[in-house]
Amino acid sequence: MPTGLFHSTYQDDEKIFQTVWLKCWMGGLLMFLFAGLPFIAPALSGILGFSVQHMANMIGIYIIGAHGLNLLTGYTGQISLGHGAFMGVGAYTSAILFMKAGWPFWLSLPAAGLVTAGVGMIFGVPSLRLRGLYLAIATMAAQFIIGYAMRNWTSLTGGSGGLNVDRPSFFGLTLETDVHYYYLILILAVVSTVFLKNLLRTRTGRAMVAVRDHYLSAEIMGVHLFKYRLLAFGISSFYVGVAGGLFAHYNLVVSDEHFTMWLSIQYLAMVIIGGLGHVLGGIFGTIFMVLLPEVLRIPTEILSNIYPNIFAIFGTLRELVFGLVIILFLIFEPDGLAARWHTIRAYWKLWPFSY
Amino acid sequence: MSPGLLHFSQLVVTGLVIGSVYALVALGFVLIYKATSVINFAQGEFVLMGAYICLWVIADMRIPFVWAFLITMAFSVVLGLLVERLMLRPLIGEPIITVIMVTIGLATVLKSIVTLFWGTQIKVFPQIFPQEPLRFHGIVVSEVYLWTFGFALFFMAVFAAFFKYSRAGIAMRATADDQQVAQSMGISVKRIFAISWCIAAAVSAVGGILIGNINGINITLADFGLKVFPAVILGGLDSIVGAIIGGLAIGILENLMGGYLDIYFGGGVKEVAPFVVLVVILMIKPYGLFGTVEIERV
Repeated sequence: MPTGLFHSTYQDDEKIFQTVWLKCWMGGLLMFLFAGLPFIAPALSGILGFSVQHMANMIGIYIIGAHGLNLLTGYTGQISLGHGAFMGVGAYTSAILFMKAGWPFWLSLPAAGLVTAGVGMIFGVPSLRLRGLYLAIATMAAQFIIGYAMRNWTSLTGGSGGLNVDRPSFFGLTLETDVHYYYLILILAVVSTVFLKNLLRTRTGRAMVAVRDHYLSAEIMGVHLFKYRLLAFGISSFYVGVAGGLFAHYNLVVSDEHFTMWLSIQYLAMVIIGGLGHVLGGIFGTIFMVLLPEVLRIPTEILSNIYPNIFAIFGTLRELVFGLVIILFLIFEPDGLAARWHTIRAYWKLWPFSY
Repeated sequence: MSPGLLHFSQLVVTGLVIGSVYALVALGFVLIYKATSVINFAQGEFVLMGAYICLWVIADMRIPFVWAFLITMAFSVVLGLLVERLMLRPLIGEPIITVIMVTIGLATVLKSIVTLFWGTQIKVFPQIFPQEPLRFHGIVVSEVYLWTFGFALFFMAVFAAFFKYSRAGIAMRATADDQQVAQSMGISVKRIFAISWCIAAAVSAVGGILIGNINGINITLADFGLKVFPAVILGGLDSIVGAIIGGLAIGILENLMGGYLDIYFGGGVKEVAPFVVLVVILMIKPYGLFGTVEIERV
């Protein structure tokens, strides 16, 4: 009987669920997410002091976007500082198609993904000749140009006032409450996670990783650099576009203020803190970043007894802590939460005989 | 002069002045990139910090401008040192994205510190340079613009001399050229890194003070640092001459595009035009006018 996990075939090594236990745990987690969370959410909200259901929805939306950025930055090695704006493209596209062109929701959402993929690929074109640093600057320019278009193309986007979006309904079903949205978002988040995980096991995914690790060698091995870099931009933007579409229909209003440089930075922080190049990283990082402001609220409330005007500066304080968290994480935990998770798991697997 | 030409020259002159400040800040940016190959996204926050510290010393502590200026310089040098020592040095050898992200985090921290201490209202510098408009052949230039331009040119000249003649300057150029060789010649690369950050923080602070005298300052001054990117991309990321020319060119270009295109796009073209230029340059001539072309052959 084997005493550990020993793969004897390539198929074994490539399996998503390496052990039966892992499959059981994942099944249990999904069961909990589908059948448990919506029911205990109201009770949890009472204890924690914020709406757990709303937070779960936001986490779900951002996980989809973070997966997209992780594919681009973590797996293909291309830095993007424009994903906030790309999310905005998705949100506006879905909102405009839904409200102005009268498309049904189930069509406008994928269309948002496709349009965003197109826009992302346009700004990904310089990636053919440019490496990391230059690409970061090019995508930052994308952020400003798209942001400008959202503000000033008034006839299409409604300018700085933004666009109001109705509640989506499809196949005779209208999304009324947070719980309705939750199921839609959860299904899409699970699908996007599974797709990403599987994509990485295909030729395309391995080619992307090869481009990240050593693009010259990859090119020698017959990987078409430009094709895979552009493809990464396309898929990544598709993900973030869908996230944007969901955000538009969940938030019920879109304006350019939601999709600033700050959002791009938050996205990058999510994947870096979570762990670049880990599917789990996008999930951990998103949970961390979305919950951080809520967690910060608790010390703020305690401090407000001493300094009564602390709530006035809460936003600034939050940004300060965000910045510090990013810096400290990069210096002390550069591999992110996912790597830490693997270490903890490895430790418990052998406990108490760790030698 | 015909009215059309007058309008044009007016735009060019104003652009030139703003461009000179861009050039100054871009100089600091290129310096860091050349010496340490770090892209500094917090350059604009150095500008912001410098401007606010100087204003604080002048307005609240009632210290004359010259002394306030020197105090600001000293503060910026310390800030640059701290940043290099505490944040960048532990990351030597880490991937680019980590380093970029740290400077972004730094930018967030500095910006929120400024907001915490000084709020978000526009603050106006006490009048240091006279504001009287001067006229040359119908072109109106306020005196403060001339002073700004003069100051910017003066500091650029100082830095040119510093790189050419001083020991530290030559050591910096050597380090930028080849770190290993520089090290083997007895140059302390760590010291050079620290000096680069100090100088970059200091020139940015000068830029902040100059702009503050023209427009007054508030938190959006930090966006000024982002305009540096088009300037350095146009000039070439690792060229000091390129930074200066790129800065001037972007200043003029954004003013011209703002002046002529605002009516068609509903305003604010000035804010976005440099970035459009940036993308175009990256697509056709990615290493800019004077940048080192990286050639890779398989």
